[in-house]
Amino acid sequence: MGVIYHIGQYFLLMVRVFKKPEKNSMYIHQLVLEVEKLGINSVGIVAIISVFMGGIITLQLTYNMVSPLMPNYIIGLGNRDTLILEFSSTVLSLMLAGKVGSNIASELGSMRVTEQIDSMEIMGVNSASYLILPKIIAVVFMSPLLFIISVTCGIFGGLITGPLSGVVTVATYITGITTMFVPFYVYFSIIKTFVFGFLIATVPAYLGYFVQGGALEVGRASTKAVVNTSILILFFDLVLTQLLFK
Amino acid sequence: MIEIRNICKSFEGREVLKDISTIFEKGKTNLIIGQSGSGKTVLLKSIVGLIEIECGEILFDERDTRLMNFKEQKLLRQEIGMVFQNGALFDSLTVEQNVRFPMDMFTSMTMKEKTLRLNFCLDRVNIKNSNQLYPAEISGGMRKRVAIARAIALNPKYLFCDEPNSGLDPVTSILIDALIKEITAEFDITTVINTHDMNSVMEIGDKILFISEGLKCWEGNNTQIFNTRNKKLNAFVFASPFSKKFKEIRQMEDDE
Repeated sequence: MGVIYHIGQYFLLMVRVFKKPEKNSMYIHQLVLEVEKLGINSVGIVAIISVFMGGIITLQLTYNMVSPLMPNYIIGLGNRDTLILEFSSTVLSLMLAGKVGSNIASELGSMRVTEQIDSMEIMGVNSASYLILPKIIAVVFMSPLLFIISVTCGIFGGLITGPLSGVVTVATYITGITTMFVPFYVYFSIIKTFVFGFLIATVPAYLGYFVQGGALEVGRASTKAVVNTSILILFFDLVLTQLLFK
Repeated sequence: MIEIRNICKSFEGREVLKDISTIFEKGKTNLIIGQSGSGKTVLLKSIVGLIEIECGEILFDERDTRLMNFKEQKLLRQEIGMVFQNGALFDSLTVEQNVRFPMDMFTSMTMKEKTLRLNFCLDRVNIKNSNQLYPAEISGGMRKRVAIARAIALNPKYLFCDEPNSGLDPVTSILIDALIKEITAEFDITTVINTHDMNSVMEIGDKILFISEGLKCWEGNNTQIFNTRNKKLNAFVFASPFSKKFKEIRQMEDDE
C-alpha cells in the first residue's frame, strides 16, 4: 500500500487517539504506568550512554581540534554544544526509537494479534485512545527530561575523562562549559525532543496497532517501527534546524 | 433477540458472506457451525461490529445498528459480552483486574460493589484462589472461564463466544458448554456461539445455523440435525467415525 494511504491512516488514528477519554482516572493510572515503563526505565541507559559519549567527545575534540592556536577550554565548550545541539536530542532520540519504539510496536502488535484490542473495542472502549494516548503523553513529556539528564551526564563524562587522561584540567574544562553559553541552543533542543518524542510514540504505535497476522508480523512491525521512526527523526532534525536557525 | 437480514461481506472481491438472514433467540444458545473458512468468524465479528458489512441489516432487539450514532453504538457495545477464541485476556492485568476492567471503565460503582460483583462473577465460573495470577500463569480452560466472567461482569444482554472449546480437552469443553448454557438461561441473554465442536452442537444447540462457503445452508435445533437430509450438513456433522457410529446407534434405537 502506498505512502499516501499510510499517512491518511496515521492521521485518522491520531483523530481517534485524541478523542475525549471514557474515564479520566483509568487513563491517569495508565499514564503513570507508561511514564515508569517508557520514561523512568530509560534513565539508566541514557545516563550510561551519555557519560561515555561525553568522555569520547572530550577525547576526540582534544586529539582532532586542539592546536597551539586554540585555547584548551574549547574542549569543554565543544563537548557542551555537541551534547546540547545534537547528541542529547537527536542521537539519544534515535536510541530511544530503538528501545521505546520497538517496545510500543511489539506491545500493541501482540495485543492486536491476540485479539485483546478487539476485546476492548467490543466493550465499547476507544482502544486507540486508551492504549496510545498515555504512551504519547509519557514519551513527549519524558523526552525533555531525558535530554537534560543526558546533557548533565555527558558533561560529567567529559569532566571525568579529560582530567583523568591528562588532556585538560578540571578548571579549564569548567571554563569551557561556562563560556559563550547560548540559551537558545537549549530551547531549540527541547523543542526538538518534543517533536521526536511524539514521533517515537506515534509511529511505532501506528505500525503496531494495525498489525495483521501473527508473531512474524509483530516482529516485522517492530523492526519497521525503529527504521521509520529513525528516518523521520533525522528528517525532522533537518527541517527544524533549518526553520529554527534561519 | 438479534435479527440479521441479508448480510453480505467480501474481502478483495472474494465473497465470504452471501445474503445470510436469521434470528438468534433470547434465552437460548444459538450456534453457528460450519467448516473452517466457511465464514463463521466473519459472521460473528460482523454482528458485533468488528467487521463492517457491505449490505444487510443487524437488529439488536429491533434496534438497527446502521441507524445508530456513535454514542448509541458505544452504549450497545456495553450490552455485549464476548469470549474470544483464546480468551483475549489482557496480559498485563491479573485475573481480578481483567474481570474488574469493564466495571472500572464504565461504571461508577464503589470499590465494595465492584468487589462483590467480581467475586460473584468469579464464583459463577468456579474460579477460586487465582485472583492475583496473570493470564500466562493459568490454564487454557481457566482463561476461558475468566473470559466468561469478564464478559458477564456488566450483566450483558448479548453474549458472543468464538469457538469457546478450541484447544480444550473434552471434559473441560463440556464444563464450558454447560457454563455458557446455564448463564444464558440464568440471565436470560441472547447467546451466539461460533463452533465446530459437535459435542457442543449436541449438548447446547437450542438453535443451529449451518453455513457453508458463506451461504446459509440449514437451520434448526440439535434434535432436527440428526434427521436432516441436507447432504452438506450430514457430511459435516457425521464426518468422524465416532459420530457416524453415534448416528447408527441412534437410528437403531429409533427403529426399535
